Amino acid sequence: MSRIAARFAALKKVGRGALIPYLEACDPDFDTALALLRGMPEAGADLIEIGMPFSDPSADGPIIQRAAQRGLKAGATLPRVLEMVSAFRQNDADTPLILMGYLNPIESYGLERFCADASKAGIDGLIIVDLPPEEAAPLEGPTREHGLDIIRLVAPTTDDERLRLVLNHASGFVYYVSITGITGTRSASDDDLTAALTRLRAATDLPVAIGFGIRTPEQAASASRIADGAVVASALLATLADTLDANDQATTQTVPTVLQGVRALSQAVRRK
Amino acid sequence: MTDGTRSNSLRSGPSPSGHFGDGLGGRFVAETLMPLLLELNAAYETAKADPEFRKEFEFYLRDYVGRPSPLWFARRLTEQLGGAKIYMKREELNHTGSHKLNNVMGQILLARRMGRSRIVAETGAGQHGVATATVCALFGMKCVIYMGATDVERQKPNVFRMKLLGAEVIPVTSGAGTLKDAMNEAMRDWVANVADTYFLVGTVAGPHPYPAMVRDFQTVIGEETKTQMQDAEGRLPDVVIAAIGGGSNAMGIFHPFLDDASVRLIGVEAAGHGLDSGKTAASISRGRRGVLHGNRTYLLQDENGQIDEAHSISAGLDYPGVGPEHSWLHEIGRAEYVGVTDDEALDAFQTCTRTEGIIPALESAHAIAHAIKVAPSMSPDTLVVVNISGRGDKDIFTVAEHLGVSL
Repeated sequence: MSRIAARFAALKKVGRGALIPYLEACDPDFDTALALLRGMPEAGADLIEIGMPFSDPSADGPIIQRAAQRGLKAGATLPRVLEMVSAFRQNDADTPLILMGYLNPIESYGLERFCADASKAGIDGLIIVDLPPEEAAPLEGPTREHGLDIIRLVAPTTDDERLRLVLNHASGFVYYVSITGITGTRSASDDDLTAALTRLRAATDLPVAIGFGIRTPEQAASASRIADGAVVASALLATLADTLDANDQATTQTVPTVLQGVRALSQAVRRK
Repeated sequence: MTDGTRSNSLRSGPSPSGHFGDGLGGRFVAETLMPLLLELNAAYETAKADPEFRKEFEFYLRDYVGRPSPLWFARRLTEQLGGAKIYMKREELNHTGSHKLNNVMGQILLARRMGRSRIVAETGAGQHGVATATVCALFGMKCVIYMGATDVERQKPNVFRMKLLGAEVIPVTSGAGTLKDAMNEAMRDWVANVADTYFLVGTVAGPHPYPAMVRDFQTVIGEETKTQMQDAEGRLPDVVIAAIGGGSNAMGIFHPFLDDASVRLIGVEAAGHGLDSGKTAASISRGRRGVLHGNRTYLLQDENGQIDEAHSISAGLDYPGVGPEHSWLHEIGRAEYVGVTDDEALDAFQTCTRTEGIIPALESAHAIAHAIKVAPSMSPDTLVVVNISGRGDKDIFTVAEHLGVSL
């Protein structure tokens, strides 16, 4: 069983959903991002999503855009991202790690080579934002061969016919985009989410995580109850940005403040 | 609109999934956009097959855009260069001063058929933004234009024009504040406002069906050129030259000639400070295949696949990518792609102005500059057509600054 499947199965047994925090690689620098990654499981992260900085993140809102820019400025490249993952895996064999990014840097690195190296470094799944199922064939061979899940996004605008197609190309879990907006700009109501999950559950046995627009511990708790997990990205990146100095460099507050944010989310998710 | 449907024709692309040749084009967007693109594609296919839509489009092209645009024999420029016979396709005479209105008119009619009430668009030089704001005024639709903050600064007259026309102009400060950043922001707006919004793309790039659809609305340029050259000289031209940013004016004039093997097609990219200066916008000459803004095409990018900032004196060419069909024409060798520098374009701008009394857009000046380079060594019976895609009134401030004149 993959790390992702094992983790969702274990959480199902204890009767709660997963907290999936997000961090951007090399934001604001390699060591700080690694310290955050290392601290997240203890702070209550069940799975972790790592953003691979891209110059043109056209599906992301301003907070993730700025995180990506800081990451690139600090020298983020795919080899550096995988180096961070390898370092994390020295002390943690269990927490599932998901890389999220855009296709171009991966194609530039080489799809086959990337999947081999990512798997070796300890990555469990990939979310490639701008790679719909119709264009995914060249990636699906290498991911299967190297045991990586392709996690697919489903949106409120995805109709039932398209949902079947998307789910046919999904593994690991399904990422439900709770609003038809860009990351971190608006929130959906619990009623909307409940209705959406009923539709998804009827169509797949994969776990479903809700992302986009989850900012507060209360929203995370509610989303993780309605679905199988809640992804929190922009809110944590905003917390991180608030701790940086005038030159966007980390301060002594950066790591503890962000991890405190994860802890608050995790406590809410665990509350019965 | 294109009638090139023969399977052995170079005009039959793209495939139903939007691909040109080996994997160029396509649809590389977030899942949130996919349903919108599929809906748009279906709506466009229906409209394309509807004679009423074509009739409506032709009516507005004639009575509002002012088509056909003339094919002008540039006698003094021809005499000065002493070689090939140079004709100019006068797209700068269209309403709003460029070829952009052809495409915008087609798409606004489609948006109306689709029941959309709000239009978003990206713009570089501002020509596409002005054209979009114009048709939004004409049809009483809400218009939001995203424009890089750098471009807002260097294209002030067009920004003011858009505002006069009732558009909201939103300066984009992310990245270098140019066309690529405006494109990112317009895509974000579309994702966030799917219910009532139509994304009106200005060039032959982006996810399918945009490259094919924008091309279809622009092919009127090449179709007219073909007829007009037949009337003037009784035959096809030998060479067609057009400037390339995203490549819509070039695709519009090239496409009707793709199956006429005797016609050389030359796309002129902005070399900026020089093709090897690192400050260039020549995506085909100095880029490689990659994926950006929804399509696979030639892109300026670093060794890690991060997109480079483009550079050109012309805001309309200042884009690190190019339409996927141009990338395909390059790969199969049907069209040639060359570079012209900022300085060469500035010289051509002045030459054209003084010999023909036509102030060309800096974009078009790149095409003229290449004609000036190659025409002298061609025989006098060689027929060259240069696409004058826009007029240069918007560029006089930039040109004045480079000539050391303060206005």
